[in-house]
Amino acid sequence: MAHSEWKTIVGLEIHAELLTETKMFSACPVVDSVTAPPNTAVDPVSLGLPGTLPVINKRALEMAMQVGLALNCEIPPVNQFARKSYFYPDLPKGYQISQYDRPLAVNGYVDIDLSDGSTQRIRIRRAHLEEDTGKSMHTGDGSLIDYNRAGVPLLEIVTEPDIHSAEAAEVYARQLRAILVYLGVNDGDMSKGVMRIEPNISVMHKDDTGYRTRTEVKNLNSIRSLFRSIEYETARHIKAWESGEGVRQATMGWDEAKQRTVVQRYKESAEEYRYFPEPDLPIVEVSREWVAEIRATLPELPIAKAERFMNELGLSRYDAGVLVAERAVAEYFEQGLTTGVNAKSLANWMLGQLFSLFNARNITREDIATTKISATQFAGLVKLVDGGTINKATGVTVLEEMYDTGADAQAIVDAKGLAQISDTSAVEAAVEQMLAENPAWLTEYLGGKDKLFGPMMGKVMGILKGQGNPAVVKEVMAKMLNARKV
Amino acid sequence: MELSREEVRKIAELAKLDLTEDEVDLYAGQLSHVLGYFRKLQEIDTSAIAPTASVLPLKNVFRDDVPQPALTPKQVTANAPQSLGDQFLVNDVFED
Repeated sequence: MAHSEWKTIVGLEIHAELLTETKMFSACPVVDSVTAPPNTAVDPVSLGLPGTLPVINKRALEMAMQVGLALNCEIPPVNQFARKSYFYPDLPKGYQISQYDRPLAVNGYVDIDLSDGSTQRIRIRRAHLEEDTGKSMHTGDGSLIDYNRAGVPLLEIVTEPDIHSAEAAEVYARQLRAILVYLGVNDGDMSKGVMRIEPNISVMHKDDTGYRTRTEVKNLNSIRSLFRSIEYETARHIKAWESGEGVRQATMGWDEAKQRTVVQRYKESAEEYRYFPEPDLPIVEVSREWVAEIRATLPELPIAKAERFMNELGLSRYDAGVLVAERAVAEYFEQGLTTGVNAKSLANWMLGQLFSLFNARNITREDIATTKISATQFAGLVKLVDGGTINKATGVTVLEEMYDTGADAQAIVDAKGLAQISDTSAVEAAVEQMLAENPAWLTEYLGGKDKLFGPMMGKVMGILKGQGNPAVVKEVMAKMLNARKV
Repeated sequence: MELSREEVRKIAELAKLDLTEDEVDLYAGQLSHVLGYFRKLQEIDTSAIAPTASVLPLKNVFRDDVPQPALTPKQVTANAPQSLGDQFLVNDVFED
């Protein structure tokens, strides 16, 4: 298959529920729609009962504007809600209140860093507010409807078709999720459906002058599946075009178990939503003062933070990128820094030993703040290693104990007598013992077998119960061996 | 303006209405009549009037993000033709 003749064309739609206390158009509380008992967070507005009227949640509007500004969008002076009419049981009114021709934010962009070292700009076409639908559960004997989610503020963010690989889609999605989490408007949990990503995928032949038929993929519950669905769907399209069969416009579902897409439905004709301005809601006028106020509330965003870590702390682009990818991780790092620990050492220990421990114990990095080791305690451990009180290997042991007990590194070192032995007389005694126990090694070493130095040092460290200061042991041993060469 | 039978069938489909042939004829006439009234409105010169979505001079009507109690699940499903547990029970939706 001549893949080089084909280019992947992807546009992403991301739906993100906003972390408000109440719904988009009423004072009905918002609950976790995965865990809350059915229909416990529903009011007459969520149900679309006759006589109810929607009123805009100001906080949702402000959160949406924060996202718009963080995505470098223009915030038009007026935005307006519109009715999108269609029939489905999870939509109680028979229409969804959304935005259509006057969205809240337009013409933004996100710059992403790709693994080949290039940077690409993904343009954001628009971001608009709407209300989420309820949830239906098919039982085989009818469907059960829970309206807890109906009316929850939902922000839809749409890119231009600027994404040309599964990797770019993944990087963009991660970055967008990080921005939402940094802003505190969404927790980024795709498995719970509070953030949903739908790629529109087509392929373009090098001789094409326009776009080919595209398909949309739904049911993606992780960024990993987003990546795989784009790889799968792109290959499917190319094969279908090359065989002459062609691609039909369709909504595809991602089958996680089989790692493939399946047709959900074909779209033979354009959907008719009969959008019209929502008569129950007045327009939203956004003054430039209001935009400035919202802009002033924006926290430092991931890219800016990574740049600062690189420029001010001298971290590598990779390390900075990993540290800012999760807001909780970045906060932990910055809190640790307040102890005056060396930034590079702290970064190395977080990315190395701490995350290895997390992997071993099945802890996700987002949960860093919930572990027993506080950021300042962790920085304390790194300082003990940096200062030579304990060596790296002992540090790992202490880290595990800190993780299990929540104790301070210094307390563990004191209680267990783990402090590193830098005292040359103790090291000298250990070297003498090693030589006495292995007379053959000494002869061979003096005979020119230099590579025995490693095993000999290992023995000495063993005699010192692993607590020898490696630099001191090396120096003392080298000096003692050289003395015998003469 | 005359609405064709085809247009009436399309509108009925979008509104999920099953119409008999007689009803299609009936509504084609009635709806065409209604559209006639609107044609009358279009004769007015509105070139100097800004387009608006509402007749009320309102803007920026918001609420603060402060929750009020929700209904109980029993109240929520009280008017449902069919319910099961605390959920609405509806026919399965099959999409074409």
